[in-house]
Amino acid sequence: MSLSVSLTVNGRLRTIILDDPRVTLLDLLRERLALTGAKKGCDRGQCGACTVLVDGRRVNACLALAVSLDGSEITTIEGLADGDDLHPVQAAFIACDGMQCGYCTPGQIMSAVGLIAEGRAGNDPERVRELMSGNICRCAAYQGITEAVIEAGRALAERTAPSERTERSLA
Amino acid sequence: MNRFDYLRPTSVADAVALAAEPGSAYLAAGTNLVDLMKIGVSRPARLIDIGRLPGLDRIDWLPDGGVRIGALVRNSDLAYDARFAATFPAVAEALLSGASAQLRNAATVGGNLLQRTRCAYFQDTASACNRRHPGSGCDALQGENRLHAVFGWSERCIATHPSDFCVPLAALDAVVEVEGRAGRREIPLDIFHRLPGDAPERETELDGADLIVALRIPGASAAFSRNARYLKLRERTSYAFALVSAAAALDLDGGTIRGARITLGGVAARPWRARAAEDALAGRPADERSFAEAAGIALADARPSGDNAFKIELARRLVARALALALAGTPAVMPALPASPFAAAAGADHAA
Repeated sequence: MSLSVSLTVNGRLRTIILDDPRVTLLDLLRERLALTGAKKGCDRGQCGACTVLVDGRRVNACLALAVSLDGSEITTIEGLADGDDLHPVQAAFIACDGMQCGYCTPGQIMSAVGLIAEGRAGNDPERVRELMSGNICRCAAYQGITEAVIEAGRALAERTAPSERTERSLA
Repeated sequence: MNRFDYLRPTSVADAVALAAEPGSAYLAAGTNLVDLMKIGVSRPARLIDIGRLPGLDRIDWLPDGGVRIGALVRNSDLAYDARFAATFPAVAEALLSGASAQLRNAATVGGNLLQRTRCAYFQDTASACNRRHPGSGCDALQGENRLHAVFGWSERCIATHPSDFCVPLAALDAVVEVEGRAGRREIPLDIFHRLPGDAPERETELDGADLIVALRIPGASAAFSRNARYLKLRERTSYAFALVSAAAALDLDGGTIRGARITLGGVAARPWRARAAEDALAGRPADERSFAEAAGIALADARPSGDNAFKIELARRLVARALALALAGTPAVMPALPASPFAAAAGADHAA
């Protein structure tokens, strides 16, 4: 049976014809769209290396069947930077040395982007660690990762704060 | 993964009609099912995708002060719903102690109820497992079984149900709304999962095409909102299933217990409601001595199914501790490590 899936991936509408419904979102991204940033670590939702945003929410791409996400908006690590300008979370991971080998990093960064958008951790390292526990780092760069998430959260809050002030003054 | 046909009905009635064909399975987020299909434990001939069915993703408040939760509400959306977390805090705490943020964003409340056991012999298709392959035997009985059941098990199966969410739900008299070929019916959550007995392959009270459409928690259960906790012991700090867990809730009249609720998790094929212990607390002073006695009653009938006698003492202590923490009061803010008895002080940085 042939199935058509339309996804907006990193802002671009892609329609993919699948000859098999078994294709996960992760395999579709990596094998059909050549977006290999999301990694296939465990392929069972345990390591978080495949984390992407679906309609703005971080999920494990390895556990979602692509056909079931027809019509969704997907953001991968490839869609974060603005040309040569890194996303604040990417910049913070470099500044805070939040990696060693780098394999888990795309998943860590996408998870951090989701975490900051959820707004549940604030600057509390304990909450950051808890809410990042779905991302395993075999090199154990957790100290830097935690610092990077807090640093990026601060940077993103500063970036949005001026416009909020403007809105308040207009209100 | 086996090949399967993929169908996406647009109404509950159509979904139920399609699922009546043998070999069908419902697909919601797939966080458990797709995983089990990858390892060959589940081999459905066709998947009925219910992920977009209209009207099943709502949280509705009822005239009695209770809540009706659509089966497709995501775990994180329910846990972070401010009114829900304030009214049924132990349920929110249980949800946030389960899985990872990514999984909670995807997984649905209906799917949470239908999670399969994490018994390694169930997951390994080379092992004997009566639950997966009726009549094949149970390799867990003589195997690695320190995490297995201490209540309600049989020689056919000693697996536990892994859900955190279901534990406080059972304590709070939640009801499962089911749509089947014969129409709508309701099943109390604390008997929704079947004990293994002679037929461990029958895991729930659902039949054939039955579809969970919602959960309800009655308004009367909101009486416990100020004194309710979920505690969960794990073998690592986060992102792990419970070794044992306990939901404890108190309705207090000054220093006297008007009513109590106690349910254990990780100890049986269903959340294990400790009604005798609850009854023993009614009318008693809310103190350590009452809690210790109730914890003893809660575990009185437990018996090990293997190398897991330690779980009985662990659970007994956890019940007493959960009751003491419930008495101390529902935390004003969700703890940084939900359900952890080892939570550090807020803001503490234990990375040296």
